[in-house]
Amino acid sequence: MRPACVDKVFELARRDERVTYIGSDLDPPIVKRMKNEMPGRAWMEGVSEQHVVGMAAGLAMEGFIPFVHTIATFITRRCYEQVAVDCCLHNLPVRLIGNGGGLVYAPLGPTHLAIEDIAIMRALPNMTVVAVCDADEMRRFMDQTLDWPGPIYIRLAKGYDPIVSRAELGFKIGKAIAMREAAGGKSRVLLVTTGVATTRALEAAEELADEGIECTLLHMHTVKPLDTAALVEHARGCDLVVTVEEHTVVGGLGSAALDALVEHMPGAMPPVKRLGIPDDFAHKYGSQDQLMELYGLQPAGIADSVRDGLRRRAA
Amino acid sequence: MANDVALGAQHDASRQLDERSIELRRLVVRALEGGSRGHIGSSMSLIEIMRVLYDDILRFRANDPEWEGRDRCILSKGHGCIAQYVMLAEKGFFPREVLDTFCRRDSILGGHPEAGKVPGIEASTGALGHGLPIGVGRAMGLRIKRSDARVFVVTGDGEINEGSVWEAALSASKHGLSNLTWMIDYNKVQSAGPTQEILPLEPLADKLRAFGFVTDEVDGHDVGALRGLLKSLPFDPALPSAIICHTVKGKGIAFAENDAAWHHKSSINKELIGQLYDALGTN
Repeated sequence: MRPACVDKVFELARRDERVTYIGSDLDPPIVKRMKNEMPGRAWMEGVSEQHVVGMAAGLAMEGFIPFVHTIATFITRRCYEQVAVDCCLHNLPVRLIGNGGGLVYAPLGPTHLAIEDIAIMRALPNMTVVAVCDADEMRRFMDQTLDWPGPIYIRLAKGYDPIVSRAELGFKIGKAIAMREAAGGKSRVLLVTTGVATTRALEAAEELADEGIECTLLHMHTVKPLDTAALVEHARGCDLVVTVEEHTVVGGLGSAALDALVEHMPGAMPPVKRLGIPDDFAHKYGSQDQLMELYGLQPAGIADSVRDGLRRRAA
Repeated sequence: MANDVALGAQHDASRQLDERSIELRRLVVRALEGGSRGHIGSSMSLIEIMRVLYDDILRFRANDPEWEGRDRCILSKGHGCIAQYVMLAEKGFFPREVLDTFCRRDSILGGHPEAGKVPGIEASTGALGHGLPIGVGRAMGLRIKRSDARVFVVTGDGEINEGSVWEAALSASKHGLSNLTWMIDYNKVQSAGPTQEILPLEPLADKLRAFGFVTDEVDGHDVGALRGLLKSLPFDPALPSAIICHTVKGKGIAFAENDAAWHHKSSINKELIGQLYDALGTN
């Protein structure tokens, strides 16, 4: 996903001279490639997130479309005011590429885990928040970044994640994709997912289908603006809605979905269960997969939560 | 020694403000009266900097504020915006009467300037330390476009406590942005007190030079000296320029000069407005 994203920036820059690239002491190859082929439009800046985001805003004010790339937690937390004021208040087409969203940097500990990035980016007016599920989907998404107005936060996963997206389902920023629809159209459970949690949840849905629990899976690659219409349509008549995200349960996809359901399904809202990282800093290392397992975000854990939710509903 | 810098160093307090400088300050008071509030000291120290920029240096078209060939003037110390509003009104970006609406609910003129709302404002500022990074980006963008337009960023002194300013300074010199000029309104008093007490900046010129800016210093209320220096830009064809403007907080209002208590007033009554006009009249 990361190489797909960065390669796409290069391709977009070839196609459109408004595209520029700013690294913040990360991923030098693209800067070298761009410097060779289109000198003067790519820079490797220092470890200075406040500056690079402000600089990107300045470039955007001059008509450019800057892609800024660094580690997710630093491009969101460290320079939050620059993102809010310089990018969002001015509503500029700055693209923030957050490397290693979620638990990717598990072995490096809590300073490097971007587990609240979606929440804090989503809180900003004018911001668009996108977490695709694989490299193919990243390519389809990146093609649409040229003409999307306003800033976008692009959450990258680890890279080389299994491909589960399907070209025939298309891609449109802000439009959720029903990646799995229950056989016969009778679904008991709606899974609402984003990023690589989608991949895990798809597997969980297969497992549950074998037991006769049919799930629909709505992939919310765009967490903001949230596709409320698709969410409400698919939630209608379900016994249970389960949101799954590699993110704290505070303020992310689960919160966004709850907000929308409360507002748009008064009196008819199905029970909602939010799966994610608890409201705590991670205290363990290991790998992304290990921490996802710890938090119940691997297929088996997700399936267990669905079964549990249905049991409670029946009780 | 760094800590010996006196208030108003390199500023000649004996020089009288000329009629135009007094008139511009009257317009500041007019806006303060309109809003019944405002940053008094922070605006008064900026007047000559803004005056010379708009009168003699900046290229702009008041009837076409987005004109591509314009110089970009970013007031990073957004709280001094009345000084810039006054010059924009003077130059016809909007009518003078708009100054009377300062800070009112439906006004275009807020207590900090907003781009897209106020013609001639290049960036929404107020949160400090944002102007120089934006200025670096704009200067780089202009360079890609092979434009000869220039970027002027005006910061305060308390403002440059912010680390983002120094991040941007490193980058500006790395990229050799000779189309970028950083002006510091060095009035030596920040919100809570003297800069030398709150967070000493001295030796400031040495710091700017060490960060790669060709740096000069000027009496920030000396119109002729400011004009001469700004006309000599860029100081180096391959490096960014910095100008330390030695100013006086509250300049022109004798009872407010050099006093942090006059940084901002959130309630200005008619009596005080009268005193401000009187102070200017007797200058």
